[in-house]
Formats: sequence, structure tokens, C-alpha cells
Amino acid sequence: MSEILGLSGVCKSYGAIVVADSLTFSLRQGEALGVIGPNGAGKTTMFNLITGTVAASSGRVQYNGRDVTHDSAAKRCRAGMARSFQVPQPFGHMTVFENAMVAATQGANLKGREAESTCLDVLDQTGLLDKANAVAGKLALLDRKRLELTRALCAKPKLLLLDEIAGGLTEEECHLLVETIKAIHGTGMSIIWIEHVVHALLKVVERLIVIDFGKMIAEGDPASVMESREVKEIYLGIEVDA
Amino acid sequence: MDWINAIVQGTLLGGLYALFAAGLSLIFGVMRLVNIAHGDLIVLAAYLGLTVTAALSMNPFVALILVVPLMAGFGYVLQRGVLNWTLGDDILPPLLVTFGLSVIIQNALLEGYSADPQKLSAGSIEVASANIAGLAVGYLPLVMFLTAVLVIAGLQWIFYATALGRAFRAVSDNQDIAQLMGLNRRHVFGLAMALSLAVTAIAGIFLGVRTSFDPATGPARLIFGFEAVIIGGLGNLWGTLAGGVILGMAQSIGAQINPGWQILAGHIAFLIILAVRPRGLFPRMDG
Repeated sequence: MSEILGLSGVCKSYGAIVVADSLTFSLRQGEALGVIGPNGAGKTTMFNLITGTVAASSGRVQYNGRDVTHDSAAKRCRAGMARSFQVPQPFGHMTVFENAMVAATQGANLKGREAESTCLDVLDQTGLLDKANAVAGKLALLDRKRLELTRALCAKPKLLLLDEIAGGLTEEECHLLVETIKAIHGTGMSIIWIEHVVHALLKVVERLIVIDFGKMIAEGDPASVMESREVKEIYLGIEVDA
Repeated sequence: MDWINAIVQGTLLGGLYALFAAGLSLIFGVMRLVNIAHGDLIVLAAYLGLTVTAALSMNPFVALILVVPLMAGFGYVLQRGVLNWTLGDDILPPLLVTFGLSVIIQNALLEGYSADPQKLSAGSIEVASANIAGLAVGYLPLVMFLTAVLVIAGLQWIFYATALGRAFRAVSDNQDIAQLMGLNRRHVFGLAMALSLAVTAIAGIFLGVRTSFDPATGPARLIFGFEAVIIGGLGNLWGTLAGGVILGMAQSIGAQINPGWQILAGHIAFLIILAVRPRGLFPRMDG
């Protein structure tokens, strides 16, 4: 299968502080990739670099066979990248449905009825249909997370970036969300998912990378990465063979 | 009867103030930009109307067909070319730049049209009136008020029922996230300024038909606009209409007491409302 996203040597530093250190990896069309790493390791920064909210200091971002390193965030969104945020950031004064419509009309460039029916389908899929007319700023956490996912999906992405979407949810809520994401992945969607709730992550992803201090320190099959020495030492904070 | 007349005339005058205020309110709502040059842009539209009516010997209301798109185009270019660069975390640069713009517009108008007061002539409608229950209600103020209601209703419709309106509200809510939803903030701001100046064009033509104007008329229109927005409550378009009406009513009641008190009475009403309801009478509930 062809590659949908490729990072080669992507770096970002603020003065002496390096937050992304030569990130290099690629994502195949339809693949689900998990990203783990301690707090402050640079996982969200990596998403910012991919979506274009932060410009890379050096290196290249290839998307769908094109170099998008210098494209704006809006342009990358219209080209089919969509993300959810760790801390949900809905348009708080607008309704759930209107939030979805912004993504559908602007991100996916849909019009009128087509935009509306896309939004309704996605809201149904993410379980928010009964709250479509609620004001987004008043939603509880699970629904805010669902709205993040809804908005990302309404932009009709080819690549879906999920940032700690399961964090802070109860077991039951987490389970519901995992099922939704599995179903989305089942339609052939390429996904990169940052998550601390590892058991949720492992139910979906086919490959795992580990980031620490802005650097990729391990990559591969989820089970073997989780067993690797780097993960145990750095991610779980256990001294191995000390 | 004089008092009822003052209230009715004041209400109708309020329509004009609401037209002054609507564009101001829209820009502040979408991009948190306080446009100090707004009053001068109203006067600029009036002069543009003067040139168009003189050159093509048109009725000023027909001239709107040209003045509205001209002002809207000017707004888009102004926003993309100048004002977008001033927007950021600091609110001072846009204030300074629009203040400078205000000075530039006034002096350019002075240079181009001289300091002589001018007036747009709309013909017999200016003095025609209908007798409603013993009150002489002028057609012009009536048309002005109805236009204000239509403009506010139109803006309300754009904001809450169209993709453009959702784009305005999304950008107003969270610019960064809106960018990630595929919205180009600079373009959206340009469209907002275009819409604002389209409304300003209508306000300018009505201003010119109603009274005489000169290049220094702008700042006072800006104050009336501000007062109407703040009385009504920020972010509420119908509130802005109510604010305009209250301001107009206060002025015309003041004038009824003593002709010299017209402007003062408006400012006093504004101060009282600001003291009692600092967020205005109808602030946006979810603010």
C-alpha cells in the first residue's frame, strides 16, 4: 500500500530547547499508528508539526505524495488532515450541529443538503445525534471528546489524528469510544493516535512508536514495543538491569 | 402630544444609529477589532454617494447599487492589506492604526471635497410625511428605520443560518481551531470587513440624505455607534437596534425639554445604562 504521510528529519526547537528531534517515520494508507511517550515528550508538538499549526525548523512533511512542509494549517485541513485535541476545544458558543457544519462546509467544502446529511451521519456514528442542538460549551467531557471526533470526521479526512481522546474517561465511556474508532478504522481510514490509556490504544493500532525528549526511541509491533527495554525504562519509569 | 411625537421621532432616528452601530458591532464580534475609523468610513460613504449622484445624476438611494459594492470591496482590501497585520494578542496596534486611518480619511476628504458642508438630495421624500393618528411621521425616517430593521434581520440571518455566518462565529470563538477546520482566517476577516462596510455604505447614504455633513462629521457618528452597541449589549444585533432606539429617544426627549440638550441627553442616558448594567441591556447570554 502507498504512503499517506511521511516525516523525514523533522526538527523543531525554541531556542536551546528541542521539542522535535529529527522525527522520521511514515504511515501507510489505511494504517493505524499508536504514539506513546511520557508527558512533555513532544507528542502533541509532533501533531502540530504535521497539521501545520507549528512550522518545522527543518525537515520535510510529505502528505499524500506532496511536500506540505510550507502549507498553512487551513490548506492541510482542506487536503484531508483532521485532528482532535487533547483538551477539547469546541466552538463553545455554537451548537454541536453547527460545530460539525463548520468542519463539513469549510474543511470538506460540502454544500447545503450534502453537508447537513454528512454531519447527521457522523453525529449518529459518534453517538451525539440526540445532542445535536445542544450548545457545545455546555457539554460534559465524553461528549466534548465525541464532538472533537465528530468535527474531525465531518471534514472528511483521509488522515485522522487523535490526541489523547480516551484520557479522562471512565472504563465504560472509553470502551464506547474505542468501538467507534475501531469502526472508523474499519472503513479504511488512516489514523495516528496519541494515547496514555495504552490498553485502549492497543485494541486499535497495528504499529506503535515511542517518543521521548522529542526523539523517536522505539518503533514496531505494539506487543514487542511494549515489552522493549526502552519503553520499560523511559516510559514506565522502571530501571531495567540497574 | 409633543412628547409622544418626540418618542416616535426618536425611535425612528434610532434606526440610523443602529445602522451606524451594526458594522462596528460586527467587526468587534468577529475579530475583536475596535474600529476607530468607523465614523469616518460612514462619512466617506456619504461623499462617495455625493460623487456618484453628481456624476450620474442619480437619486442617492439608487446610488447605493454602486456605493455598497465599492465600500465592501474597499473593506476587503483594507482588511487584507492593512488591518489583518495589526491583529494579534495586543489590542493596541489595531486601535492606533484605525485611529491613524481616521485622521487620513478626514484629511483626504478635506483635500478632495473642501470643508464645506454637503448634502445628498433625495427629492420630495425628504419632506413628505404621513399623518398617523395625528402625528406627522416623515417617510424618510420611516424608511430609515425599516431599513435598519431589515439590515439587522439580514445580518442575523447571515450569522445564524449560512456557512459564512458559521465561519464568522467559528473564527470569533477560536481562531486557531477554525484554521484547522480549513478556514482561512485572513479571508474570513476580509469578508467580515466587507460586510461591515456594506452596511456602513447604507448608513452613510442615509446620513447624507438626512443632514448635511463635512469631513469632520465622522467621530461623533462613531460615538453614537459605540453608545448604541454598548447600550444594547456586545454581541447582540437586535440589542444594537434597541440601543440605537434608546439613544435616539433620549436625544429627542432631551431636545424636547431644551433644544440645546439633545446630544447631552443621549450621553446621559448612555452613562446611566452603563452604570446600572455595565454589560448593556441585552448581553449575549452565553458570553
